[in-house]
Amino acid sequence: MSDKSRSVIDVKNLDITFRMPTGNIHAIRGVDFSLRENEVLALVGESGCGKSISAKTIMGILPENAVINSGKVIYHGKDGDIDLLTKKRSWRQKNINGSRIAMVFQDPMTSLNPTMSIGAQLITSIRDHKHVCRKEAYAVSLELLREVGITDPARTMGQYPHQLSGGMRQRIVIAIALSCDPEIIICDEPTTALDVTIQKRILDLLETIRRARGISVIFITHNLGVVAKIADYVGVMYAGKIVEYGTVFDIFYNPRHPYTWGLLSAVPEVSDEKGDLYSIPGTPPNLAKEIVGDAFAPRNPYALAVDFKAEPPIFRVSDTHYAATWLLDERAPAVEMPAALKERIERMKKEGRDYVIDSE
Amino acid sequence: MLKYIGKRLIISAVTLLVILLILFLLLQFMPGSPFNDEKLSPEQIEQLRAKYGLDQPIIVQFFTYIGNMFRGDLGVSYSLSPNTPITDLISNRFPVTVMIGFASMIVGTFLGLILGFFTAFFKNRVLGAIYSIFTLLGIAVPSYIFAMFFSNFLGYKANLLPLLYDFRSPVISSVMPVMAMSLGVMAVVARFAKAEASEVIKSDYVLFAKCQGLSSRTVMTKYVLKNSLMPVITVVASLLVSLLTGSLVIEQMFSVPGVGGLLTNAINANDYSVVIALSFIYSALYIIVMLILDILYCIIDPRVRLGGKN
Repeated sequence: MSDKSRSVIDVKNLDITFRMPTGNIHAIRGVDFSLRENEVLALVGESGCGKSISAKTIMGILPENAVINSGKVIYHGKDGDIDLLTKKRSWRQKNINGSRIAMVFQDPMTSLNPTMSIGAQLITSIRDHKHVCRKEAYAVSLELLREVGITDPARTMGQYPHQLSGGMRQRIVIAIALSCDPEIIICDEPTTALDVTIQKRILDLLETIRRARGISVIFITHNLGVVAKIADYVGVMYAGKIVEYGTVFDIFYNPRHPYTWGLLSAVPEVSDEKGDLYSIPGTPPNLAKEIVGDAFAPRNPYALAVDFKAEPPIFRVSDTHYAATWLLDERAPAVEMPAALKERIERMKKEGRDYVIDSE
Repeated sequence: MLKYIGKRLIISAVTLLVILLILFLLLQFMPGSPFNDEKLSPEQIEQLRAKYGLDQPIIVQFFTYIGNMFRGDLGVSYSLSPNTPITDLISNRFPVTVMIGFASMIVGTFLGLILGFFTAFFKNRVLGAIYSIFTLLGIAVPSYIFAMFFSNFLGYKANLLPLLYDFRSPVISSVMPVMAMSLGVMAVVARFAKAEASEVIKSDYVLFAKCQGLSSRTVMTKYVLKNSLMPVITVVASLLVSLLTGSLVIEQMFSVPGVGGLLTNAINANDYSVVIALSFIYSALYIIVMLILDILYCIIDPRVRLGGKN
């Protein structure tokens, strides 16, 4: 988790507009993040904040009506740095997708080809990249299925997606994603569509595979519990921007952006006696209109007058921790996070210490 | 799978029997008789009716007909060309209609698939324009207008193709009828293929295939084509039946000696046995096409496979 580790992907100043019949939607308004080798970067935020679009930009599978206004996606590969956005889609599909960067989709029910057997899908994926014979590809496929925890791989090879459960399908999607030894995997809410009991198993599987293969992961989710479990770095996104960025400890123990406060307060806790579930008031802004000032200001109980006029710059909290809120400006009045959240964080810290002591 | 086909065959046979019964009953209500000739006296007509067994109760006629049918005897024509066995009447004409119908279907489906899929896949402007022109014309303009157009330019002015059907050169004289009939098929197939393929291209599994870096050829054939084929097959099957039955105008225009003309003449002349035989053949054809269609579904889409291995 040190800063010395090499970054494998740098997204710089990404800005994307969608052309719609009713007007333009400014979906990504300047996103920067980097993924370091062997680490997990979580992107969190509400629906429509631009998490998935960022992932699709990296994969080069944005819909036709998306226009990239500016930005770079630098891939630091074995043979030098490449700005993926300057390359053609066909080149990226041949040289990057699958073999260097792979993606796991949200819904395993729809991300497998319904008319192809599992084996055929795995073998096709392998043989489209590597020049191996069918037999060899078959053997590799069996090995992959075993790796993702399928108990009877030979039987599964001949089955079709509709014959398998959601959890099984997601394992197979992961197996296919791994089939060409990617260095990076982007997981777009890989557990959201699954049963709660299956979610943990899939997360554990991803964690095991990541460690065994030394894969760097971009993990998109809106589930903060999942983030706490797997992430090294966290980017909190709101209305097409990253509003707070830091290590998982920075974000959970020392959150600075009022939106992050809201997100953390909204996580339900079993120990909550009151039974009231906190929710952030209001709805995300309409990105079809240009936003003046801080996009979160209308929903922010701590908003300052300046929030409605000027967009906050990114303030540095520490070497690893950044947040875009005027509250961090030296001229701003001192605003503390909500007391309930503070109390909760103290409790989490204590639990964290207990956990460390327990495991020792 | 075999069990399923067997079951379907039995159901088909029963359906055909019911159709035959309905045809028999309906013809009883048709005004007039096959012997609408002013020169015939009522006694002569009565004699003729007795000769062909038309004086018997309807139920007896029905079972006699079924019995004869199993022996491959569809009866004789009453009025159109008296006493000619219907099997002879049909056997000369049916192959011509079927050949032209199938050829139009194959040409139309093939071109329609190419046009539809390529338009959906490449989103090219020129291709889009060609697609719009062909589908609009193909759907809006009836086939006989195309037939007239081709007759005038290719047949009359350019003198490339024969204007009328000629028994001695069936292939070359089928070209214009097939062209005229396949344009409509092409338009319908292209529209279905494009609509379906555009949906499939946006699906998660195609995006996943692209994320896996599969080659465009693999994505197009194994992912898009295969998954958008089902609705196309359905529409082609229903078109096939209408191609085999509804080519009447085209047959008249190029004087093709097909069944379309025979059926209209038979209806006009109250030639019961010809009408029943042809209607029965069309029904059988329809049922067979639908059966083949269902079997094709099973082959293409594993989700409809019944009683399979697993």
